[in-house]
Amino acid sequence: MKLNLATRTLTALFVFILLTACSNTDGQNHEANGSNSTNGQENNHSSAEVSGGVVRIAMSTEIDNLDPYVSAATDTMSMMDNVFDGLLDTDESGQLVPAIAEDYDISDDGLQYTFRLKDNVVFHDGSELTAEDVVYSYEKLAGLNGGEPISSQFEIIEKIETPSDFEVIIHLKERSSAFLAANIRPILPADYDNHSEKPIGAGPFKFESYVVGQELKLKRNDDYYDVDKIPFLDEVQFKIMPDPESSILAMQAGEIDIIPGISAQGLLQLGDQVKTVSGPQNMVQIMALNNSVEPLNQKEVRQAINLAVDKDMIIETVSDGDGIKLGSNFSPAMDFYYEAGLEDVYATNIAEAKKLMKAAGYEDGFELELTVPSDYQFHVDTAQVIVEQLKEIDIDVDLKLIEFSSWLENVYTDEQYEATIIGFTGKLDPYEILRRYVTDYKRNFINFEHAQYDERIDQALKATNPTEMARMYKDAQSILTEEAASVFIMDPYRTIAMTNGLEGMKMYPIQKFNLEDVHYTE
Amino acid sequence: MRYFAYKFSSFLMTFILVSVIIFFVFQMLPGNPAHIILGLDADEQQIRNLEIELGLDRPLPERYFDWVTGIFQGDMGESLRYQLPVADIIQDRLPVTLSLTVLSLLLTVVIGLPLGLYIAQKDGKWTSIVLSILTQLGISIPSFWFGFMLILLFGVVLSLFPTYGYVPWSESFFGALKSFFLPSLAIAISNIAVVIRYLRNTILDQAKMDYVRTAQCKGLSEKAIMYGHILRNGLIPILTILGLTIADTLGGSIIIENVFALPGLGNLLIQSITSRDFPLVQTMILYLSIIVVTINFIVDLLYRLVDPRIRSKG
Amino acid sequence: MMTKPKSIPLFIGISLVVTISITMLISFFYTPYDPNEIHSASRLSSPSAEHLFGTDNFGRDILSRIMEGSQTAFLTGFSAVSIGLTVGLVIGACAGYFEGWLDELLMRFVDALLAFPGILLAIMLVSVFEPGMGSTIVALGIMSIPTFARIIRGSIIQYKKFDFVQASIAKGAGSLRIIFRHLLPNITSPILVAASLSFSGSVLAESGLSYLGLGVQPPDPSWGRMLKEAQPYITSAPWYVITTGLVITLMVLGFNLLGDGIRDSNDNRA
Repeated sequence: MKLNLATRTLTALFVFILLTACSNTDGQNHEANGSNSTNGQENNHSSAEVSGGVVRIAMSTEIDNLDPYVSAATDTMSMMDNVFDGLLDTDESGQLVPAIAEDYDISDDGLQYTFRLKDNVVFHDGSELTAEDVVYSYEKLAGLNGGEPISSQFEIIEKIETPSDFEVIIHLKERSSAFLAANIRPILPADYDNHSEKPIGAGPFKFESYVVGQELKLKRNDDYYDVDKIPFLDEVQFKIMPDPESSILAMQAGEIDIIPGISAQGLLQLGDQVKTVSGPQNMVQIMALNNSVEPLNQKEVRQAINLAVDKDMIIETVSDGDGIKLGSNFSPAMDFYYEAGLEDVYATNIAEAKKLMKAAGYEDGFELELTVPSDYQFHVDTAQVIVEQLKEIDIDVDLKLIEFSSWLENVYTDEQYEATIIGFTGKLDPYEILRRYVTDYKRNFINFEHAQYDERIDQALKATNPTEMARMYKDAQSILTEEAASVFIMDPYRTIAMTNGLEGMKMYPIQKFNLEDVHYTE
Repeated sequence: MRYFAYKFSSFLMTFILVSVIIFFVFQMLPGNPAHIILGLDADEQQIRNLEIELGLDRPLPERYFDWVTGIFQGDMGESLRYQLPVADIIQDRLPVTLSLTVLSLLLTVVIGLPLGLYIAQKDGKWTSIVLSILTQLGISIPSFWFGFMLILLFGVVLSLFPTYGYVPWSESFFGALKSFFLPSLAIAISNIAVVIRYLRNTILDQAKMDYVRTAQCKGLSEKAIMYGHILRNGLIPILTILGLTIADTLGGSIIIENVFALPGLGNLLIQSITSRDFPLVQTMILYLSIIVVTINFIVDLLYRLVDPRIRSKG
Repeated sequence: MMTKPKSIPLFIGISLVVTISITMLISFFYTPYDPNEIHSASRLSSPSAEHLFGTDNFGRDILSRIMEGSQTAFLTGFSAVSIGLTVGLVIGACAGYFEGWLDELLMRFVDALLAFPGILLAIMLVSVFEPGMGSTIVALGIMSIPTFARIIRGSIIQYKKFDFVQASIAKGAGSLRIIFRHLLPNITSPILVAASLSFSGSVLAESGLSYLGLGVQPPDPSWGRMLKEAQPYITSAPWYVITTGLVITLMVLGFNLLGDGIRDSNDNRA
């Protein structure tokens, strides 16, 4: 034992001497590189050409990666959305509109998508955007170029043809109405691979500089292909400010022009210094109930929980009243597919809830473990309210907070939980939203099993016209409510605060900062 | 010289143990960084790709070995979350933490030393009681709460200082100074209290020493005794205590950066722990502890160099 | 004795500790309101006769929550000190009594623990486990090991030179017997002082960790956590931040003055 320890100590000592020696020199090297690059950026920054103003936006999360095919953080994507354009784009109601594509058509069998590209699209490095770039981008996304597929949405592509420089024909392996919405993914220049450091797109803004954890600067792209949409602003600065209080104080001091998600408390503080744009953000906050564990496998119990949870009170206390009550896993932000009226199916009714509990054999209640990711104060707050509300029907909630990383593993992946609270961020495609509850879907983590539901989703996917597709999705929503699959709580509003004098910010059913139209008025 | 060799070897021993503790701790952390980076709605495929790209699919010992050999070659690895070299990210954040630490130490010295000296000369019963309670209060206040109170008072009520965020030194010297002032003060408050207490005790102890009585008999003025004798002897322990407060200051800045939303190492540390960014967290903690161990080592040596009595004992 | 001006800090310390202890005991039987009861109608109301300390963002009574939070403060403080004292005692006694290479090794371990500035060690330790009261206690316990180990080692080395100890060693008494019968009883007061100070240190560190969101988690009540939840309302509901932080300060101050007072009265005796 003694000897063993001594040998180990000696080895460790040897390792450590070398370790410290090397890391010192390393630090110096990086210092030199770092200061050079910052100087370069500072110089560029001071040479403004056209006066259109600078907008500074407070962002609460850090950028995960500037490469749009690597990044998965919603905030990062919404910032970089201004740098990249896809074949299609979305408007405020969630409808798809052409962007790089001039127009498109879909064959009658639904297997062939033909996109005709605009012929004046230029990347930020000056090169022309042609069909070749689309092929490069889509093959990369679909994994057709030998690499692993980047997105499963694109795995459905069988092959891509380019009859001309500005025409792309995409053949699908099977018909899927969900594919169209996938075409908002950015088109990247062929054979350029350094987006993590210097992203190049074809969007209305160009990447200028990025300081980790501090700010991302974008500059207007004067060569933007859509001349009507060349931005008014000279420059956009996204400032990383994880603490909401500090961004409010910064706005008060005139250091910040836009706060994308501001609380009612924050607005109170800012008073008439700002104006707001506000609305549902297509998010679904749910208390997920694991349908495969006792006693949550009983419909009556799930319904009783739904009747006991007072969603209005949660919206009032946790969200300061800024949220819209939901009844199913769908937000009214996507109006076309939304089934109205479901939010009132389980109006709070303790007596009725107790009756159902009794019918299910749980007159005296039971113990329920509610696992919540501790990193999300919003969900933790919601949980604290629900704990109190479920006491009314004698359900003794054992609140368990775990780190998000463990949550992803234990709850979301391994499904080792009874109940949890989480928010699903908005998707443009209803299929992406409702697929969650299809029986054999891998991420159906509440273990919802309903043959008719699966059928509806399948029918929607194969639907030939939008009205029929919408009808199927609406049906599916009703099934979730009827079966009380979980407690669908609310879609918290996103409120965007802007300093007076700024105008043109629009709300979208996905988190998107469309800065093309934002401008100062004076 | 033998003393130096002994001290140096024990200093190295501490180093090794520190690194072993860090390695040991971070091999045990649960959670899949790839899934965390990509978020809730990540594709299965995306996660798998990222795992391969980050090398997370390889066995643990291999990754550990890579980390160690990487450091041999001057490569501290890449942050899982930012996909940038760890050294670069730390480089970006270091100035904030360093500024906080230095400014806070400066405040400790500038406020603590003169105040302590002044108070030490007032040897009244009641002064000493009030002082002992006040300094204890300074030690007892949670630094982050004191930060809140400073925000409320100076930032909100009086609007004298910015209460948020960070102005780089390169942008505006006074702007930076202003943005660092309140957080530095919040960290310094307990250290100031410690220095005052310590200084007072040391000076009172020294005043009872024989050499002071001798000096008094010789007819030297109080002032001459204070500055000529007491201070010279008392300064050595003060040096030590200042050295030790550097560790506290570094620790304090971890919390305070979160109160004032300063983009320093502490702020980064908390976020990297949440996102399971092992390479970044390991290196940061290693860095911070190396600083502390080194400072302790230097203080130890200084202590010996300055005070011949200790040297002769060795 | 209490009337001597010198004992005033000690007196204040004892008063604070006793007051908070009594409040803590009362909270087991009575709080003005149910600390978890939510009233959406009376959110963030300022202090009044009805709610002495006001209400929080859920309309919960802040005083009741502070009272309940004192249980957590005492529990974490007490448990952390127990862990630190036990492990520190073993390390310190072994190192001080046997000296030599064992002393060297153990003290380097203690130095390694001390190398993590302030709360960093605790942050590192809690991040390994799930956040919560248990891991917070363990982390704070480990954090307080070095203080105890150093003090106990120092005192033992000092007392070992005394004749009565040397005599027992000469008589061939077992080392355990010497440590427990002769050495430890003589160093109770430095241990008591260290315990009191490390108690307040643990309370302080717990509030810091919980403030960062890494320590005690709801539904366990915690002052630090309350401060985290109060931060967004610092300007709109300043009483929330002020009252909660003030209570932490008073508790820490109480135990600091207590520890300091014990030390002073010992010094006077000597």
